[in-house]
Amino acid sequence: MSERISRRKLFGMGAAGAAGVAVAGAGVIAVRGVGDEPTPTTVASVSDAIPFYGEHQAGIVTPAQDRLHFVSFDVITEKKAELAELLQEWTAAAARMTQGQEAGTFGAVGGQPEAPPDDTGEALGLPASGLTLTVGFGGSLFDDRFGLASRRPAGLADLPHLPGDALLPEISGGDLCVQACAHDPQVAVHAIRNLARIGFGRVSVRWSQLGFGRTSSTSRAQATPRNLMGFKDGTANLKLEDVALLKEQLWAGSGDGPDWMTGGSYLVTRKIRMLVETWDRAPLAEQEQIFGRDKGEGAPLGKKGEFEAIDFEVKGPDGQALIFDDAHVRLAHPSHNGGAHLLRRGYNYVDGSDGLGRLDAGLFFMAYQRDPHRQFVTVQRSLAGKDSLNEYIKHVSSALFACPPGVRDAGDYWGRALFS
Amino acid sequence: MRTSLAIAAGAIAFTGLVACSSEPTATTATAGAGASAAPAKGGPVAVAATDTECKVAVTEVAAGTSTFAITNGGTKVTEFYVYAPGDRVMGEVENIVPGLTREVIVELPAGTYETACKPGMVGKGVRGPLKVTGEHKPLSDDAQLAKATAGYKRYIKSQSDTLLIKAQEFVDAVKAEDIEKAKALFPVSRTYWERIEPVAEIFGDLDPAIDARENDVAEGEEWTGFHRIEKDLWVKKDVSEDSPIADKLMADIKTIVEQSNSAELSPVLLANGAKGLLDEVASGKITGEEDRYSHTDLWDFDANLQGSKAAVQSLRPVLEERAPELVKTLDEKFAGAEAALGAHQKGDGWKLHTELSKDDLKKLSDAINALAEPISKIAAVVAK
Repeated sequence: MSERISRRKLFGMGAAGAAGVAVAGAGVIAVRGVGDEPTPTTVASVSDAIPFYGEHQAGIVTPAQDRLHFVSFDVITEKKAELAELLQEWTAAAARMTQGQEAGTFGAVGGQPEAPPDDTGEALGLPASGLTLTVGFGGSLFDDRFGLASRRPAGLADLPHLPGDALLPEISGGDLCVQACAHDPQVAVHAIRNLARIGFGRVSVRWSQLGFGRTSSTSRAQATPRNLMGFKDGTANLKLEDVALLKEQLWAGSGDGPDWMTGGSYLVTRKIRMLVETWDRAPLAEQEQIFGRDKGEGAPLGKKGEFEAIDFEVKGPDGQALIFDDAHVRLAHPSHNGGAHLLRRGYNYVDGSDGLGRLDAGLFFMAYQRDPHRQFVTVQRSLAGKDSLNEYIKHVSSALFACPPGVRDAGDYWGRALFS
Repeated sequence: MRTSLAIAAGAIAFTGLVACSSEPTATTATAGAGASAAPAKGGPVAVAATDTECKVAVTEVAAGTSTFAITNGGTKVTEFYVYAPGDRVMGEVENIVPGLTREVIVELPAGTYETACKPGMVGKGVRGPLKVTGEHKPLSDDAQLAKATAGYKRYIKSQSDTLLIKAQEFVDAVKAEDIEKAKALFPVSRTYWERIEPVAEIFGDLDPAIDARENDVAEGEEWTGFHRIEKDLWVKKDVSEDSPIADKLMADIKTIVEQSNSAELSPVLLANGAKGLLDEVASGKITGEEDRYSHTDLWDFDANLQGSKAAVQSLRPVLEERAPELVKTLDEKFAGAEAALGAHQKGDGWKLHTELSKDDLKKLSDAINALAEPISKIAAVVAK
């Protein structure tokens, strides 16, 4: 048999990864933390691998990587066993790819010459690049096809129609999703492409989204990035260091719903198109009033530093509140939404131009939370009605997924507790 | 290793073909490697065919070669088939005119089969079970592969024979400037072409001459073939200047049919051809690019699917032995693709591409992807 070449091996990171999933799994278990709480770690280098196995899925509190390829699938098989098998195959491939190896055991160049390679090959020679793969189940998976209706968590109830929604069904919803985040777009795209290929005949891609330039920080070690409107985004985001808040706001606890979700989290995605051309013609003062922060530092209006506490009462010389009633930061703030926090890890997107010469661009918003109806819906209701930013944005896609807890070891798979 | 296997199997198939074509015309010999034209034990099995019945004298024969003597007592031209599971043709005889008796020799290992008469030479035919029992000298792997290519060559022969007839009808209608008739014949004649395209594609220079789309043609080169005439029929609505193009199309088809029938085929080519046909569906038919003026893409889709299935079914005995799970998957996915396509049947033909919704096309695309993935695994199994 010809020698198998793994991505890791090519990169001179040792040959341990060449011998298949079991060995790769064992290697990862050895470095996995054993505590119940997520260990606040930062990625030492953008090329490093992030552990795949653990209490929670990677890719949620993991410090947000630079790039995204997100995909939503419809399940087209009617057999529950085939769906469970697919999740097992996906888990095995994900355990390999997140560690910088190829999708299959033969790889891109190690199999028979007559057979299509079991890895597509475009990530050969690239390091793991912090790749995380995170799976979620949409509400539509819990219809009568697979006998899962009784196991649908209340948290996965359909989102209500929200004012201003201009949702396109063909890029909304889906039975399953996979979020691939990495520091190298080629690595993220490679992962999704290989998972989609493994899924042919069982799942069908409903829609997908590429993202760049993370628009949130999920760790205090990260600088706050900017969205395409030029404002810092994620200053007040939930961060992986907020361990107690995460437990309260992010992770589904036992008793929240069905047991299979304990340790999981709910993901809301919204594709928010920005009307950048008109935004760019708005005066700086108006832009800052809309957000309620200054554009340079990201400081709340009336303050100097980005991380200074917001004072919603501070008045300007004219006696008016500096932070307007319809300012984004006011309407989105936990203090105006019953204490609801979100862990956002959205990305900028540009899908080229729209044929009218306008940039087809905006924010692919992603937020994780323990209870989307109490958290996201509350915040979005508050924004959708009043937010002065609405003049410049349009919500065109929406989806809600239940992301199960992490994969414990090589004998476990995504959603095992739901399917077994 | 892989090269020598392909050449060896190809050579055997080629020898088999020569032997076949030298048979007397009254009998179609369909036995593969190792079988002679020796009569079956106990003499021919009588088959009494009418317009509604297909009475086979026995329902059980001994393993080995059997001869079937089909007498057409009906009023329609008929044909007779012996099918293995999955409608793999083990033996066939066509064009049995009323009153005539024709024989066919079939080599059958033990197993269950179906016999079929097809009055009018259309449809699934009048089917009956046939059991084959007893010992039969097992075939070596290479002989199995040789049988596979020989079986597929028979398919190419039957399709290309009809292609010559149907293409001529189409060409005649174009030359007669009978636009309505030519439009009706366009998708029908293409059906036979699309079924055998993987073999036709071996002859690189002729395939574009016959089947190029306008945008495939380099500047300064003449655009010829089916799609040139298609545009004139549907867009220009005038074929008064197309006689030379029509004649060239027919001449090119004749050449390619000759070459296809004498080509050496390797089992791996069968496997890749089966995949190639589905790739054609995925890249050209689903998108409506292939027949962009007539929108008759589903005729081509159906033909590609059938051609792919014929190649796979020729390989079926090899696959059943080496990868039984794969056979199961293939059967299931072929059925899925056929069902997805079947939803768009319209009369004797198919809906136009323009009548399909985006959702319809997505479902077809999913079914083709689901089938093409397992088919892409066949070549490696065959080359093992």
